[in-house]
Amino acid sequence: MLYFSKLRIISVIVFTIIFSYFAFSNFVKFDDKFFSKNINLGLDLQGGSYLLLEIDNRPVITQKLQAKIIELKRYFKEKQITLKNFSLKGDTILFETTDNEIENVKNILNDKESDVNTYYPTYKSHEFDVLEDGNLFSLNYSRYGLVLLKNSSLDQAIEIVRRRVDEVGTNEPNILKRGNDRILVELPGLDDPNRIKSLLGKTANLTFQFISQNNEESFGTEKLSFEDGSRDAIVSKRIILSGDNLVDAKPTMNSQTNETVVSFSLDRVGAKKFGKATSTGVGKQLAIVLDGKIISAPSVREPIVGGSGQISGDFTFQSATDLALLLRSGALPAPLNIIEERTVGPDLGQDSIDAGILSLFIGFLLVILFMIYKYRAFGLIANLALVSNLFLLIGILTLFEATLTLPGIAGIILTVGMAVDANVLIFERIKEETKNEKNPIIAFDAGYTKSRTTILDANITTLIAAFILFFMGSGPVKGFSVTLGIGILTTLFSVYFIARLLTSLYVVKNKDKEQLL
Amino acid sequence: MSNISFNKFYRKFNILSLVLIVISLVFLIFKGLNYGVDFKGGTLIELRTTDKTNNISLIRDSFNQMNLGDVSVKKFGNETDFIVKFEKQNSNDPEFIKNIQNKLSSSIGDVDFRRVENVGPKVSSELLKSGIIAISLSLAAMLLYIWIRFEWQFSLGAILAIFHDVIITLGIFSIFSLEINLSIVAAVLTIVGYSMNDTVVIFDRVRENLRKYSDIKIFDLTNISINETLSRTIITSVTTLLALFSIYLFGGEILKGFSLAMILGVIFGTYSSIYIANPILVALNVSQRTIVKEEKD
Repeated sequence: MLYFSKLRIISVIVFTIIFSYFAFSNFVKFDDKFFSKNINLGLDLQGGSYLLLEIDNRPVITQKLQAKIIELKRYFKEKQITLKNFSLKGDTILFETTDNEIENVKNILNDKESDVNTYYPTYKSHEFDVLEDGNLFSLNYSRYGLVLLKNSSLDQAIEIVRRRVDEVGTNEPNILKRGNDRILVELPGLDDPNRIKSLLGKTANLTFQFISQNNEESFGTEKLSFEDGSRDAIVSKRIILSGDNLVDAKPTMNSQTNETVVSFSLDRVGAKKFGKATSTGVGKQLAIVLDGKIISAPSVREPIVGGSGQISGDFTFQSATDLALLLRSGALPAPLNIIEERTVGPDLGQDSIDAGILSLFIGFLLVILFMIYKYRAFGLIANLALVSNLFLLIGILTLFEATLTLPGIAGIILTVGMAVDANVLIFERIKEETKNEKNPIIAFDAGYTKSRTTILDANITTLIAAFILFFMGSGPVKGFSVTLGIGILTTLFSVYFIARLLTSLYVVKNKDKEQLL
Repeated sequence: MSNISFNKFYRKFNILSLVLIVISLVFLIFKGLNYGVDFKGGTLIELRTTDKTNNISLIRDSFNQMNLGDVSVKKFGNETDFIVKFEKQNSNDPEFIKNIQNKLSSSIGDVDFRRVENVGPKVSSELLKSGIIAISLSLAAMLLYIWIRFEWQFSLGAILAIFHDVIITLGIFSIFSLEINLSIVAAVLTIVGYSMNDTVVIFDRVRENLRKYSDIKIFDLTNISINETLSRTIITSVTTLLALFSIYLFGGEILKGFSLAMILGVIFGTYSSIYIANPILVALNVSQRTIVKEEKD
């Protein structure tokens, strides 16, 4: 029906004006936040870095298994059950028991109240799967035990990553969990991701260990090399103090030697431990070890009891600042690997925006000229619908603060090209109808009705493609699916409300003309 | 309304399509696709040099000295812009890119890294898998939709038309060694949507005409339907192509592959909805009974 109620006309106009306003709010500035929204530019347009980090849980798992062995030994000793021949083979704990204890050990490990093999009622699973073969037991992480372990180490890691990124002070970083062993870090507007990359690439495990003088340490020794690679040293495995006991660290200038050092202060427990160790170790060399490399190994000249100290090394001010930052933010539970990086410089981003806008403008102009050439007055109507379609699309993207990417801009241009399809279908149908129907109002009405299912079919198929892209795609491609999908909805609105309103006004006014279309 | 005898050429164009599909498949199987770093893994660097005398071979030489595996260097738009791709991707060394930039600066002068993409082997194989799943899923979804909306003969026609478009578009990418990256997957999915859209418009008309005329054979009926919808088919592909050419020519280097795939897809999509989808209706001997029977059920 060509008749539009006043209410409908007014709501169409109001709706269009509201969204067009938000399209324009990208270019004007108001103080009020709600009225001055901006479209969110993707990293490929504003420049910045996208980093996908994967946590390497192997060391954590080994560490946990070793701790588990100690726990099992202690627990069964208290129960006066003999377990022997403990060993760690890959990710499996192996041990043996005496023949008459087999049932007993089995029951303890499979008990839902077990103290050494926690049961998770929500997953209906123990932390470890227990297998026994005669008197030989083997313990493996169960599927859920492993998931829980990975989740907790990921939660820790994400916290540390957030602290490190925040300390560097980039604007609005985006840090998200991905699956159970990945972290996504988006750093918009970052010019040079190298510093953040090297900060995130360090586990920052700090320990203080004495350099061994004779090889008869009760804790055993290990050979570590110096950071600069110049030499190796034999270091006691006994850890005097670790980074966990640090409460603060900052770069300072040592006034005596005039070199940059990192000063740190310790918590109470740490201060006590450090004081005790340094009093007994006067004269020994204390190695400061970061991620398995010795930074420096100064000699202890006097007991350090104040709970603060300095780390010297060949620091520049920058490297001392970075080390202090790493120490303040804490150690990662496991090393992180950067498995995907995408960085776009800010000037390329701007170039992309310029190219995108230019091609949008030209594409738009060509389509508009073509429609006027093809349909004259009705071409103008289709074009008005197209213009409001564009405003609606940009307005909706702005209002919902969707992210606009370069493929997203391509999606807008493509929408411009495909949006006229619905109007073309209608106009062509009307042309056919006018051949048999002399009353233009009836012919126009029939044109709209008869083309409706075709238009819906045609748009739903594109919408399906957009939906699948949205759920399967990532980053910039997702931006394309958003503009394509919303573009279809605004197209249908502009065709069935705006263009139809204009068409009916035009037809009713010119119904006595010979040929309308 | 136009009155072109499209149906006279059904056979000839079917043979042509068959030949194109066979050629495409041969290339896809034996030559394969030129995957970009998204799907192959490795590193891509878009760089801009300050020194205008730098050329491809000079840049390639400097990269070759760094032990990065297979290196490829291409001009990218401007005289001073280059795209460098190499196999190596180092996730354990956060200084990897920085070191390359330092070495490069000392051999060819100041360079600006405008874009860096570094994709590990695990991520790239995941991206490839999800790309293939996305395309298969969208084909399945289209099949389902059209199966609900039309009779099975129509679904078969539409789906074969889409396969035709996707295979030939990918075939052209294979023949000319054009790069396949994430945005090409987006383009292929959009082609699927567009080709379906085009076919559905003609099929809707065929079905309408089947109800209207019981005495016209499907061979002529498809021709009438194609002609009745022809001006819409042309106008829509022209406006879509105008938009796409505008992206291709003015949208910057990054969108070139994407818009080219779309342009090919729109051209083949328009062609296939006439010359693949309709002959299949003829081959399956669709008649008024086909739709009447369905509607009685």
